[in-house]
Amino acid sequence: MAHERINRDGPKMDFYNEMVDSGGSVRPHYRSYDAWLKATPPERIARKRAEADLAFRRVGITFAVYGEEAGKERLIPFDIIPRIIPADEWRTLQSGLRQRVKALNMFLWDVYHDQEILKAGIIPAEQVLNNAQYRPVMKGVDVPGRIYAHITGVDIVRAGAGEYYVLEDNLRVPSGVSYMLEDRKMMMRLFPELFSRNKVAPVQHYPDMLLEKLRAVAPKGVGDPTVVVLTPGAYNSAYFEHSFLAQQMGVELVEGRDLFVDEEVVYMRTTQGPRRVDVIYRRIDDDFLDPLVFRADSSLGVPGILKAYQAGNVTLANAIGTGVADDKSIYPYVPDMIKFYLGEEPKLNNVPTWMCRKPDDLKYVLDHLPELVVKEVHGAGGYGMLVGPASTKEQIEHFRQLLVDKPDGYIAQPTLALSNCPTFVEEGIAPRHLDLRPFVLSSGDCVNMVPGGLTRVALTKGSLVVNSSQGGGTKDTWVLED
Amino acid sequence: MLSRTADHLFWMSRYIERAENLARLLDVTWQMSLVPQSEEAANRSWNAILVLNDLEESFAAKYPAVNGENVLKFMVSDPGNFSSIISCLRQARENAHAVRGTVTSEMWETLNATWIEARAMSFESILAGGIGEFFEWVKMRSSLSRGTTLGTLLQDEAYHFIRIGTLLERADNTARILDIKYHDRGSHGEEGATDFYRWGALLRSVSGFEVYRKVYRDVITPERVAELLILRSDMPRSLHFCMNGVVKNLDLVANRQSGETQRRAGLMHAQLHYGRIEDILAHGLHEWLTDFMDRIYDLGDGISRDFLVPMAEAA
Repeated sequence: MAHERINRDGPKMDFYNEMVDSGGSVRPHYRSYDAWLKATPPERIARKRAEADLAFRRVGITFAVYGEEAGKERLIPFDIIPRIIPADEWRTLQSGLRQRVKALNMFLWDVYHDQEILKAGIIPAEQVLNNAQYRPVMKGVDVPGRIYAHITGVDIVRAGAGEYYVLEDNLRVPSGVSYMLEDRKMMMRLFPELFSRNKVAPVQHYPDMLLEKLRAVAPKGVGDPTVVVLTPGAYNSAYFEHSFLAQQMGVELVEGRDLFVDEEVVYMRTTQGPRRVDVIYRRIDDDFLDPLVFRADSSLGVPGILKAYQAGNVTLANAIGTGVADDKSIYPYVPDMIKFYLGEEPKLNNVPTWMCRKPDDLKYVLDHLPELVVKEVHGAGGYGMLVGPASTKEQIEHFRQLLVDKPDGYIAQPTLALSNCPTFVEEGIAPRHLDLRPFVLSSGDCVNMVPGGLTRVALTKGSLVVNSSQGGGTKDTWVLED
Repeated sequence: MLSRTADHLFWMSRYIERAENLARLLDVTWQMSLVPQSEEAANRSWNAILVLNDLEESFAAKYPAVNGENVLKFMVSDPGNFSSIISCLRQARENAHAVRGTVTSEMWETLNATWIEARAMSFESILAGGIGEFFEWVKMRSSLSRGTTLGTLLQDEAYHFIRIGTLLERADNTARILDIKYHDRGSHGEEGATDFYRWGALLRSVSGFEVYRKVYRDVITPERVAELLILRSDMPRSLHFCMNGVVKNLDLVANRQSGETQRRAGLMHAQLHYGRIEDILAHGLHEWLTDFMDRIYDLGDGISRDFLVPMAEAA
């Protein structure tokens, strides 16, 4: 039904503006900011924007882009107009996120244990068990607190008349939280007066919260766990974030070569000899974790770590095998998971999705390609997708062929009229589309998050792709307290 | 501390120190080249720099002739020469990048900003701005980096490995600078005045000219220059001073397998502490320095084996 609502206007789309309503007046939660913006001389704004750029470059808050010259780093553009969320909207989002992430963790435990949801026929068993992201090595492994996704980055968009939708659940190694924290730090440094005038909920305690969660899921019997962050290394696109989080939590940032396994126990090599490691916040994909089990050519991982993990001697966050729950082919079933495990109605909307493996859906998709978004089921980062309305005839025909050749590799969704927000661009201030990624932390029965999350904004006019690898920027995200 | 972290810190500090000393060495050679002299003598000085750094071959493969401009270009801004100042600054920054969570943000920002500025320079732009200015800039950036380390970093293992790296590199570099007199000697005896300038320039390159005057209150003699740079324990660029710090910091990070390395460092220190310049000169300064540099190299190897890339995996 949500699907009719979105398509109500056909190809012509009305965009929800976060700041201004359809009558042209500034929404209540933006009034104070708007007044400040109007009263602040443009020269001061320009100076502050240059200052922010310089500071980000000097601090080296950068990311590497795959496919570009090795070691080259780019700044993620930062926009000084914040994305503001009123308190009541955030409360709804927060309780919806809690519900959703809880159900996803229950689903993961289930599919690696009794598989009740498959037996009940809610999700076709082959969709799960034949999924490349399903890891049979995890069957029967009891992870602490039954938590698989300790850190979840849920991508949320606002569309149509202003409803929120979950676009995807990132349960593997979601990134971006360092930008959320650095954006806030920058904003407070540039414009401290804004924070005395507006009651902006703080976010800076995220690293403490994360450390607390990681310590809480240590293997049984470990009193004072040693936590580390595992990175693929300095040339990874998110390296800045890895080192940032390790530093903020006061734990070691390790690479695979710093760790080794002896008698199913993980150690790190230190200047004072081997030291036992209990919890690993790993920022390496499953495939690269253990060359003895997964990709043998991986030099990023640690040989034997899976055995140590299965023996319960070390905790990995996130667990191995979470990808089966955020795969785009499983996404359409999340509302059913919530009903099945929690007996509740989903509080957050899913985007209606056509599963191209179903002949009827495929037919519909092929007939409506120019107006749909087509995504590869295992794709991520905005690569391998088609945005129908923004594509050329050739691109559409190319995808038509891909769909016909391998229908089960794709899903399709209506092109959402992503909300937009005024943003500084070359020609002045203009509306640009954005999304929101809150970071949800789970341990035991407890699901927490800091208010807001990372707001990504597509800086190219009309673009609906906000990924930083595709030229997206970020904004500070304010949740206004009542 | 992670062995790899210690390794990056060690090399981060070595590279920035190396950049500084290279700037000092090139600066003094460049200044000396302004003293009236034969072209042959001038080029011999430039060649000495290549010899000191074991770079004659890689230089000859790229440049047709040894002269001031070519050697400066090769040693200052040639990215293909891993020993050039630009390369050292890049490697200092890359090592810092790998451990940016361990060093303070001020330290990281100093090295990162240094690299960002350096990367934008070309040999032409450096010449246009004055090469002396450039050498000053390199020394200043190194001082800044050392200053932020002293002023902001917790004095834990990280600090000790940084100090070991800095002082080991400096000991090696001071020995090299001192040895340049050997490589730079002409086939005929030099006239007194030129010799005075050369020793004076050498002292200046290690910020030792004023120190010399203060300590000796006398004319500059080669024996005293050697004594100042080798044996004075209070001269911050002397071998004795450097080994003092190496031994002290090594003791603070000692582990189960580092005994032999500590013993060797201690022995080198003792020989400087109780040594006499007359004996060193009688042995032959060049031979003594060569032996010293070999032992510094060996010490670096031991530190690497014991702390930075340990092979033993037994728990």
